[in-house]
Amino acid sequence: MLVGSLHLQHLAAESLGRPPGCISDTLVDLRERQAAASAAAASPAVHTADLTKRYGKQPALAGLTMTVPRGEAFGFLGPNGAGKTTAVKLLLGLAAPTSGEGWVLGRPLGDREARRRIGYLPELFRYQPWLSAREVLALHCELAGLPRASWREEVQAALEIVDLAGRAEDRVGTFSKGMQQRLGLGAALLGKPELVFLDEPTSALDPVGRHDVRQVINSLKERGTAVFLNSHLLTEVEMVCDRVAIVDHGRVVASGTLDDLLGGHAVRVRVTGLKPHERASVSGFGELDDDGEWITVRGLEPERVPELVDELVRLGGRVYSVEPRHQTLEDRFLQLLGAK
Amino acid sequence: MAPALVYARLTLREARRRRLLLVLLVLTLVMVAVTTWGFGKLWDIRVQGRPPGASFVRATASQLMILVAFMFTTVLGLAATVVASPSVSGDLESGLALSMLARPVRRADLLVGKWLGFVAMVVIYTGGAALLEMELVSWVTGYMPPHPIAFVVFVSAVGISLVTLSMALSTRLSGLVGGVIALVAFFMSWMGGIVGSIGLALQNQPLIDAGAVSRLIVPADGLWRGAIWSLEPSIVIAGVKAAGPGAASNPFFAADPPPTAYLAWCVIWVLGLLALALWSLNKREI
Repeated sequence: MLVGSLHLQHLAAESLGRPPGCISDTLVDLRERQAAASAAAASPAVHTADLTKRYGKQPALAGLTMTVPRGEAFGFLGPNGAGKTTAVKLLLGLAAPTSGEGWVLGRPLGDREARRRIGYLPELFRYQPWLSAREVLALHCELAGLPRASWREEVQAALEIVDLAGRAEDRVGTFSKGMQQRLGLGAALLGKPELVFLDEPTSALDPVGRHDVRQVINSLKERGTAVFLNSHLLTEVEMVCDRVAIVDHGRVVASGTLDDLLGGHAVRVRVTGLKPHERASVSGFGELDDDGEWITVRGLEPERVPELVDELVRLGGRVYSVEPRHQTLEDRFLQLLGAK
Repeated sequence: MAPALVYARLTLREARRRRLLLVLLVLTLVMVAVTTWGFGKLWDIRVQGRPPGASFVRATASQLMILVAFMFTTVLGLAATVVASPSVSGDLESGLALSMLARPVRRADLLVGKWLGFVAMVVIYTGGAALLEMELVSWVTGYMPPHPIAFVVFVSAVGISLVTLSMALSTRLSGLVGGVIALVAFFMSWMGGIVGSIGLALQNQPLIDAGAVSRLIVPADGLWRGAIWSLEPSIVIAGVKAAGPGAASNPFFAADPPPTAYLAWCVIWVLGLLALALWSLNKREI
């Protein structure tokens, strides 16, 4: 009971950003703090409601509403200038929203206690060129408020994860851009954060480095860390993310799990001998894309493909080819932005 | 360690790693060696064919010391401005601040920490260089200024005022633009002081007022006057005072230390500017 009570105090203190010794022993106070701790733990990693940001008259974000669950990799996609980096800066408290609200790890935007549990690799990554890689990571341990006793272990683990252990004592000024980005990723992983923001984390990396980053993201998910991946490399997002949001002109135009977004299965059929209205008559099987000899039917379950072929033959068509097709994120992305 | 002290330590470490401290040390040692040699040569002067007396050497050394101090203060002011002007804007423009400010720290920690680092550099450098110079001059000429610690305080305060002005500008302007503005303010303050001295010589009240106002806007010249006073031997002060207001208007002479009210204003000026810099940085989009 005592252990449980102390643990509860510690949890509540951690959640409220105060040392455990400062927690009053009164039952009411403890219950309130327990509720706060529970609420923080139950809250999504990120939640925003109608978040907007304007630079002068120029809107950068126009009513961003989204939820990022804990423990998942969330892909935040959009073309250049869509507002992706602005959104990350708002979520980290580096810029103030013009209107709207947001919570990160159950705390309001910019809350310092929440930032204690967040890792961040900026798009514009740069670290003190006159420090060694080990010194940069130790500096971030200190700024993150990690216990001094844990620094050595944290730094060494980060160096090994990002494959920089062999260059730990070298000055950052001698590093390539790719190595500096790896160092930034290492800094973002310090202290086992509950949420990691990665803003274009592979922009300076070679294919091996990109593969390594994907592995890091997968291992973060395995240990329950939410990953907010800001990227326009759609194939990467498709490989690691559980859920995505596509943003354009500062507004979410589509969001959901990859399955939701890609709309399931599709089939592409090459058929001749049918008039346009006859081809259009199979639209009952799914969303139809008629390209002359080739027709594509989206949203069609694989079990119904023979039924579609039967119908085409029944209408007098000659079927030459039937190709099951899986819509890629890139297809969907271009479709959404093209539609706009 | 408090985050502000982490930034202060980082600032000092950067100065050491980038060899700024080494360069200052070497240049200062060269300057001290050359000036000490020059002071020693005072004994070689011949007055009507005879070697100079000790009182002549000491009186001459006291006035030469003011010229050396003027050069030293100018170099300190320039160095403080050049180093502090890009201190905040450089970190923001390069992206260095992004990953650090996403940590659980306040922007005030960054600003105050850097300021403390620069203040430590100014005080250590001024104290070390000035006391070394005075000791060596005393060794070769027998002259020691009457208020050496007050001199270090006044010259350090000139450096601190310029560091604060440069950092405040750096929260909004690039290092180049902020640096130019701070340097112009620094020299305008001195020009204002000279205008005030001319007004004193001519007994022209508008010019005297212009000098006083310029010392309020940027206190570099007002604090420099305190540094001059701390170097002046009492016999020189008495002699110049006896010679009338024309002699007392010499821009390299100060009969009295700055009044306490003025020193209080200097403290308010620095703290107020620091608060303004903090407000500016907090309001800035990163």
